[in-house]
Amino acid sequence: MKNIFPILLITLFTLISCSEDSEKSTSQTNISFNFNHTWDGVSVTNADFNDIKFINENGEQLSIECLRYLISRITFTTSNNEKLVLSGYNLVDVTNNQNLSLISSTFIPQGTYNDLSFTFGFNNEDNSGNYEDLNSASWFVPEMLGGGYHYMQMDGKFINNADEEQGYNYHAIRAANNPGENPTFPQDTFFNVNLGEVTVTDNATFNIEMNIAEWFKSPHRWDLNILNQMLMPNSDAQIKMYENGQNVFSLKSGD
Amino acid sequence: MRLSKLLYITFLIIVCLSCESETVNTYKNTPSPLEIPILFQENILAPVVPIDNPQTEEGIALGKKLFFDPILSSNNTQACANCHAPENAFTDSSRFSDGVDGFFGNRNSMPLFNLAWNYDEKFFWDGNTFSLEHQALVPVTDPIEMNNTWRDVEQKLKQHTEYPELFEKAFGTTTIDSSLVTKAIAQFERTLISANSKFDKYLLGEIELTPQELNGFNIFMDEARGDCFHCHGSDKNPLWTDNIFHNNGLDETFTDLGLGAITGDPADNGKFKSPSLRNLAFTAPYMHDGRFATLEDVINHYSEGLKNSTTIDPLMKKVSQGGVGLSENDKADLKAFLLSLSDSEFITNPSFKDE
Repeated sequence: MKNIFPILLITLFTLISCSEDSEKSTSQTNISFNFNHTWDGVSVTNADFNDIKFINENGEQLSIECLRYLISRITFTTSNNEKLVLSGYNLVDVTNNQNLSLISSTFIPQGTYNDLSFTFGFNNEDNSGNYEDLNSASWFVPEMLGGGYHYMQMDGKFINNADEEQGYNYHAIRAANNPGENPTFPQDTFFNVNLGEVTVTDNATFNIEMNIAEWFKSPHRWDLNILNQMLMPNSDAQIKMYENGQNVFSLKSGD
Repeated sequence: MRLSKLLYITFLIIVCLSCESETVNTYKNTPSPLEIPILFQENILAPVVPIDNPQTEEGIALGKKLFFDPILSSNNTQACANCHAPENAFTDSSRFSDGVDGFFGNRNSMPLFNLAWNYDEKFFWDGNTFSLEHQALVPVTDPIEMNNTWRDVEQKLKQHTEYPELFEKAFGTTTIDSSLVTKAIAQFERTLISANSKFDKYLLGEIELTPQELNGFNIFMDEARGDCFHCHGSDKNPLWTDNIFHNNGLDETFTDLGLGAITGDPADNGKFKSPSLRNLAFTAPYMHDGRFATLEDVINHYSEGLKNSTTIDPLMKKVSQGGVGLSENDKADLKAFLLSLSDSEFITNPSFKDE
C-alpha cells in the first residue's frame, strides 16, 4: 500500500509517453498545403476580383467575382503502390480568402512518394454523401441534376459581342442528362489531379497552383458568348469543363 | 500512514475549495439549450451561441420581457416588437417603420427567425453589425428608432419593480447594463426558430405537396428557370438564405449603397443580404426597402424587371432581357411553392408572444 502512489505515477507517465510516441514518431510528419492561383503565371487573389482585367484564350475580357472549388482525397502513393489517403475535403474559397491553406490532421511517414494526387470535386461515392458544412455554404446541386455538390463555382462578367458587360457562371458539377426524377450521367466529370513524385520532409509544405486561364484554354477554346450561364444542366459544357480542367493544377514547390 | 495523511489533506483542500466557491456565487440559472429542428440537425451546421452568453430559462424570459417592453425607448412608447411583430414573423407590415419621434427609416424592418444560424454573424440588410448581441444595441440609440441613451435605459431598469430581480436570476447580478440587456434579448431572439412549414413537413414525409407546389420547387431549383437556389437555400439548406450580400438587379443607380457604404468598396454598392424565403406569407412588403407589395411583384422582378448595373450579381440571368422570362403558369407555381415555406405555427407560438 505504501508504494501505490509511486507505482501509479510511474504507470501514468509511462502511458502518457506511449501515447505521445504513438501519435508522432520521428519518421512521421504533418503536411501543409497552400492553394495559389494565377492567370497564366500572374498571381491572382481576391484583390484582383470585380475588375474586368483578364483576357481569355478566345480574346474576351472578363472579371472574376466569385471563385471557390472543392478538392478531396489527397493521396500519397508509395513506390509499392500503397495509397495514403488524407481524410476529409477542402472547399477552397478564393473570394473570401478561406481555406487557402490546409494542414493535414494525419501524420505521413517522411520519404519519397511516387505521386501526390487529389480529386477535383468529389468522386461519385463521396458525392452521394450529405455534408453539413457544404450544405451551409450553399454548395449543393439540385436533385433533378443528380444531387451531390458543385465541384467549382466561378462567376464574373465578360464583355460580350455587343460590347456589353454580361454575367457568366462557370459552375462545374457531375454532368447529367434528362434532368428530373431519373437523370442520367453521360460520363464522370470529377477528375484526379496527379502532381508527380514528391519528397515528404519534416513539416512539409506543398504549394498547389491553379492556372485559372486554363479553364478557358484547351482543348476547348471557351467562347463566353456561347457558353456563359445555365451551364449546370448542359452536359456538353460540363464535359468540356472536365477536359479543360486536366491541365489547370500543378505543383509549384514542395519543401 | 503517510498515504492516509495525504488523502486526508487532499480531502480537506477539496472541501475548502468547494465551500469557497459556494460563498462567492450563489445564483443558479437553468440551462435551456436551443431545440434544433430535425431538418437543421441533419443538414446544416450547428447554431452560433456565444460561449459568454449561453441560453438559460431566466435569460430567455428576461429577454422576452425586454423585447416586448417599451421601456427601452426614450418616451416609453416603442418596444422591439413594434417593428418586429410576431404575427408578421417579427417584421413590420409597413414599408418603413416610424420611430418614437415620428421619423421613418429607409429600409424595411428585417424579419427575425433562425438568427442563430447566421454563421457569419453579420446583421442588418447591409451587414453593418457583428453578432446578435451587438445588433440589439443599435435600435435603442438610433435617433430614428428608439432614440434613447443606454444610461437612461439602465436607470429605468434599475428603478423598475421587477427587472433587478430578473437580472439577478438571469445573470447573478443586479448591476444592469447594456451588455446584459442585449445578452438577454439575444437569448430570446435565438429561440425564434421557424421550421414547421408545409414544405418542412413534406421533407419529413408527413404530408404531400400539391402538383403546383412541386412544380414550383422544380422551377426554384432549375438553373434555366428560377435558379433561386444559389442564394436562397434548398431542401439541403432549410434556412432558405445564404445570408450573403448580393445586388439582385433592383436599380441602375443607387441611392442606398447597402454593403458598399459599410466596406467602402464600390464593388459592394447596391448589395444587400439575401433574406430568408421562409414566412413570405407574413412578411410583405418585400426587398430591403419594401418596394414590392406582393409576391407577384417579386417574381415579376426576377422574370422581366432586372436592371443592369456594374455590381449586379452574375447569377442574375438574361439581364439584357430583364430576366429569365417565366411563363404565367410557372410564376403561379413558383408562388405556390414559396408560400409552402410559411410556418403558421411559428407566428402563433405562445412562447413568442407578449403575455
